[in-house]
Amino acid sequence: MPKWITQVGCPYCGSSCDDLEVLVSDDGRKVLETRNACVIGNEIFHHASSPNRPTRPRMRQEDGTVKEITYDEAIDYTAKALLKAKKPLIYGFGSTNCEGMSAVGRVAEKAGAVLDNCASICHGPSFLAIFDNGYPSCTLGEVKNRADVVLFWGCNPMHAHPRHTSRYSIFPRGFFTTKGNMQRTIICVDPRETDTAKLADIHLMIDQGHDYELFDAFRTVLRGHDIPDVVAGIKKEQILEAAGKMKNGRFVMIFYGMGCCHTDGRNHNVDIAISTTRDLNSHTKASIMAMRGHYNIAGPGQVWSWQFGFPYCVDLSRGTHAHMNPGETSSIDLAMRDEVDCFVNVGTDAGAHFPIEAVRHLKKHPFITVDPNICMASEISDLHIPVRVVGVEEPGVVYRMDNVPIQFKKVIDGPDGVPSDEELFDKVYERMCELTETEPIWILNRGHAHGSSTAEQ
Amino acid sequence: MAEIVIKNGFVIDPARKINGDVMDIAIRDDKIVEKVGSGAKEIDARGKVVMTGGVDIHAHVAGPKVNVGRLMRPEDKLFKSPNAQAPYRVESGFSIPSTFKTGYDYARMGYAFVMEAAMPPLHSPHVHEEIHDTPIIDQGALPVFANNWFVLEYLKNREIENTAAYTAWLLMATKGYGVKLVNPGGTAAWAWGLNCLTLNDPVPYFDITPAEIISGLIETNEYLGLPHSIHIHQNSLGTPGNYEITLDSFRLAEGVKANNRFSRDSVMHSTHVQFHSYGGDSWRNFESKAKEVMDYINGQKNITVDLGCVTLDETTTMTADGPFEHHLNQLNHLKWANTDVELETAAGVVPYVYDKDIKVCGIQWAIGLELGLYAKDPMRTFITTDHPNAGPFIRYPRIIKWLMSKKAREETLESMKYTDKVIDATDIHSLDTERTLYEIAQMTRAGPAKALGLSHIFGSLAPGMEANVVVYDLNFNDMPDDPEQIERAFLRSSNFIKSGDIVVKDGDIVSHGNKRTFWVNAKVKENPQVIRDIHEKFLKEYTVGLGNYTVWDCLAPNPYVIDIDVEA
Ligand code: SF4
Ligand SMILES: [Zn+2]
Repeated sequence: MPKWITQVGCPYCGSSCDDLEVLVSDDGRKVLETRNACVIGNEIFHHASSPNRPTRPRMRQEDGTVKEITYDEAIDYTAKALLKAKKPLIYGFGSTNCEGMSAVGRVAEKAGAVLDNCASICHGPSFLAIFDNGYPSCTLGEVKNRADVVLFWGCNPMHAHPRHTSRYSIFPRGFFTTKGNMQRTIICVDPRETDTAKLADIHLMIDQGHDYELFDAFRTVLRGHDIPDVVAGIKKEQILEAAGKMKNGRFVMIFYGMGCCHTDGRNHNVDIAISTTRDLNSHTKASIMAMRGHYNIAGPGQVWSWQFGFPYCVDLSRGTHAHMNPGETSSIDLAMRDEVDCFVNVGTDAGAHFPIEAVRHLKKHPFITVDPNICMASEISDLHIPVRVVGVEEPGVVYRMDNVPIQFKKVIDGPDGVPSDEELFDKVYERMCELTETEPIWILNRGHAHGSSTAEQ
Repeated sequence: MAEIVIKNGFVIDPARKINGDVMDIAIRDDKIVEKVGSGAKEIDARGKVVMTGGVDIHAHVAGPKVNVGRLMRPEDKLFKSPNAQAPYRVESGFSIPSTFKTGYDYARMGYAFVMEAAMPPLHSPHVHEEIHDTPIIDQGALPVFANNWFVLEYLKNREIENTAAYTAWLLMATKGYGVKLVNPGGTAAWAWGLNCLTLNDPVPYFDITPAEIISGLIETNEYLGLPHSIHIHQNSLGTPGNYEITLDSFRLAEGVKANNRFSRDSVMHSTHVQFHSYGGDSWRNFESKAKEVMDYINGQKNITVDLGCVTLDETTTMTADGPFEHHLNQLNHLKWANTDVELETAAGVVPYVYDKDIKVCGIQWAIGLELGLYAKDPMRTFITTDHPNAGPFIRYPRIIKWLMSKKAREETLESMKYTDKVIDATDIHSLDTERTLYEIAQMTRAGPAKALGLSHIFGSLAPGMEANVVVYDLNFNDMPDDPEQIERAFLRSSNFIKSGDIVVKDGDIVSHGNKRTFWVNAKVKENPQVIRDIHEKFLKEYTVGLGNYTVWDCLAPNPYVIDIDVEA
């Protein structure tokens, strides 16, 4: 009998919905149906069961063809490539669990690698702003239960985070928001008439690239000063109206996306967005949140902050300490300067996302992709190592866009012999230790548990 | 069977009233024993002090707000991280060290157990992930209760049994150790940008007062018979004149008897009292009320405290007291992080520079030490810095130095810009007390172990105890004239054996040992109403499913679970 599994996490977008229901086949090997997921969420579950999925590492041959090799051979190749390189770069982690990120941390230290994640090309400017100005934020449940004024700035959740508006930000009825969207004023700042903008009570169709000025105008108004008749293409009356709504709201929430942090001004836009939030807290309660793209792209920022003190661009190549300096230790910059001599792409598609110039440099040296699926990066790699799909075939902790950890379960077994990211990287680490004739360093002495407990088991 | 003997050290073990006797300490596997065979590995401690491993009752070392601090402060790493000690992990950060550095530095100081002081329940998987990545030391974590909707609703109706059933469930779900209160009611008010500054300010919407929350949770805690008492960060932290509120909240414990089978006598642990012992009505006439506060504690046997000493460093403040962090940020205008957590709590993070040349900071420094010197019962007064709030934990040896040496205190006092003003506002200059090694062992080991209900495992070198033994390079009979040597000795132990593993030698890490996670499993009678309420709130108000909330066992792979049967 196929069975329904409930409260399943969705390993797709940063909404990290954990209320999916998944029907799995009798043998626990195939996803038959899903409930509650949006279209893209549904897709990821079915994709895992696709018969075309690679289940063995594939090594590129001299003639350009690929040949299947064993996992042991793939692990050996990766370990040697990492040890041989002077400045390996391990990048990605949009779509894997924290266990994998942690295992990679150990490998990167051993290899003297640079560790970086997709924030480097998306919410990196947010990190820069947070370093300068902090981050007054909240969990998404606070938005659901309290927010009566919600601002979407340069983001379009109706497309990028389909269930965000129904689970958290516009429609849900919460404890103090029993009337749901009737009780919320929605303000959207976007140069385009997006589907989110269509839902808004106030749509400020800003001139593209003038975000900083509009934030500045809000701050000026909130502090009781006058502004010009038109700012960033928006009429003064409209700015006053929106500012009034925010000032008089009981709980103001600002969500912003790449339309804010990747237009002109970048980190400065986020910086002033944070300052606006700070100012609003003198009048009412206000919070801000970055619309992180993938279900666990907040994860590496957390794991590496506790392991190394930095959320991204972590340079471990000195061997003695971790160092971060975006611009110097960020993936694209390293690649453009041709400093990387081994590239490992994990759980993302650098082939599709990096500038072609950067990819050309990376391609001069060993180029390895660790990902469950075929993607552009896997197809230009010297070696593609398939792993299990987190959230479908592999459980693990993920961090939602509000940095709330959610324990994602697995619903089906992975293909035989295919490891998880964690298992794979632990083996790479052990192989590196063998090759360098050193003892592996684990946090717990495995197999040497001597504290007792009365309740466990 | 691994045997070790630590030979000929000056043993200091207040739990057995041993003060500097030259003795051998024998270890078999992970326990202290009377005697070992002739084949035991010998460690020579001649001319050195031998104590049991330290126990830290209150530090913020793991979890979301600690990590926000790490994330938003790259400057805490720049030129401040030591070089890695091969082949061990990289160490990062000063005031908010990485998990690896946290484990190593505590071990170097000879600490065996550290309590994470505030765990937001929704973020408990995060807390446990970090604890998992902190090598060597045993840890527990205290979930926060005093602004939690379930607790506020039950206590509003004085439903102690329901509060207890929920508390037991939450300890199980989060793998938590005890009941933490942070700014009772005030943090709940902060969700609307407000605060509760006195014990009688009603919490918006919930219509309950901080005093009622505190009393209700004391009662709940003793009803359950938990190993630790309630652990409270009182209202109105860090404001001039707050000592009266502090005393008022202490009075709520009067007449309450501890009920537990862990030989704990206290019913209230009041944390970082330094921040709560302030006189004056503004920063201009700010002064110490350490004596008033400690006089009360001295006479009230069922309260324990930790100091929360200011160490005069650049550090990172972080607390579930959301409104306080916002207030602090209005004062110093540095970066500010805040996280309000649905139905449960909040947290704020703000960097802070305790500059010895600022009058207020000098007075704060003095207050922490005055409290430590005025205390009549070192078994109820513990050394902390509320790490990293008043300073990083690696300054414990410095606090020990100040407590043990008037000379050291005077040197620091003299170096301040406003020495006279600090002297005027405090008693620090006239206090001649110098704490002994015996008292220091009470304040860092025997005392906190007892307050946590762990005196059967930690806090003593008696046979049967956990084999946590540390050797400090100090001659009991010939203590150094130079107080700096005291700090140095406590910062990097000569040897530290943690649960029978030699983990530190000459101040360096030599093993990752085998850390454990302590949590409390209190079994109460099934309570259908509470179960229904939990299901209801997860269905309606939480954004995470109930089925994904309970911390997985694999996040605490080496657990030490303390079972309590409340029905029995
Ligand atoms: S909104 Fe995002 S997380 Fe939720 S089901 Fe859709 S893709 Fe998955
Ligand atoms: Zn604290």
